Amino acid sequence: MSDDDLKQMTLDYTLRLGDDALVLGQRISEWVSNGPFLEEDIAYGNVALDYIGRARMYYHYAAELAADGRSEDDFAYLRNEREFRNYLINELPRGDFAFSQVRQLMVDLFNSGFLARLAESKDATLAAIAAKAIKETRYHLRRSREWLLRLGDGTEESHRRTQRAVEDLWGYTHELFEPDELEQRLADADIGVDTAALKSQWKQAVAAVLSEATLTLPEDDWAVRGGRRGYHTENLGHLLTELQSIHRAYPGCRW
Amino acid sequence: MSKEKLELFEVFIRSKRGLDHKHVGSLHAQDHEQALEYARDCYTRRSEGVSIWVVRSGDICASQEEDSDSFFDPSDDKPYRLASYYKLPDPVDNM
Repeated sequence: MSDDDLKQMTLDYTLRLGDDALVLGQRISEWVSNGPFLEEDIAYGNVALDYIGRARMYYHYAAELAADGRSEDDFAYLRNEREFRNYLINELPRGDFAFSQVRQLMVDLFNSGFLARLAESKDATLAAIAAKAIKETRYHLRRSREWLLRLGDGTEESHRRTQRAVEDLWGYTHELFEPDELEQRLADADIGVDTAALKSQWKQAVAAVLSEATLTLPEDDWAVRGGRRGYHTENLGHLLTELQSIHRAYPGCRW
Repeated sequence: MSKEKLELFEVFIRSKRGLDHKHVGSLHAQDHEQALEYARDCYTRRSEGVSIWVVRSGDICASQEEDSDSFFDPSDDKPYRLASYYKLPDPVDNM
């Protein structure tokens, strides 16, 4: 593998991680002014900001690697949905509060394992981004875990909605642990993370929270995948339309 | 979730090691643990603090307006009984 190949692959990989962070950050930000009460509104808004900050760090590094005049804004605002490579779970509509918190738990637990490994990457910039992000993720996980316990073990209605969210989301979690060739090769080069190796620990951790919250782990009877290849659900286009509208209407605008 | 099921908490933040906790405001939460997290999110996001206390507002025992005379009208004729009578050396900050 030549240095140029490696650089191109690291660039693609960094964009994937940036896309995950931007798309989920945008989704969470939709709760701002719609939260169940003021304190939660502020708290969840902070989580959205953490993700958008994370996206900026990845895109900034991607721009550095690309070294072709593109900036972080070009990556965020001027690519279409087929060029986005985020996992599908991040683009699903926010749903009700239970749905958002169940997704949050699944993603937070994934990030806990993922970022801990990425922090040991041979790529110093990716390692530094991960080292910063994992502190935020520990706090996010503390919140989402507690919400799962409250909602799962709460009222009959909150239990029902939370269990339904677990089932609706489960099929989107499998692709998190199916590295493609690019991810496999970067993992072999000690730059990326072999996510397949994270699965059993992740599943145990999810099962532990669900059982404490009186919820059940679903069967693996369906799976949707494709985010890493640019095949998205219909939701991403709508999300990007809103996210990119200002930049597309007023190219290069600043405030 | 209806706000009626939430309780009111008072938030105290210590901004620096060695200083005391100061009251900064209040918030709603379901229990102490959640109140602590919301205090972090609502009051310390710009690194204002190194320590947070939360206290159920209902657990605070407060003096009443009608107690002011007996509580707050000390005799001023023996100032040496008050800490403020004594001049502190400059190196002693934050007493």
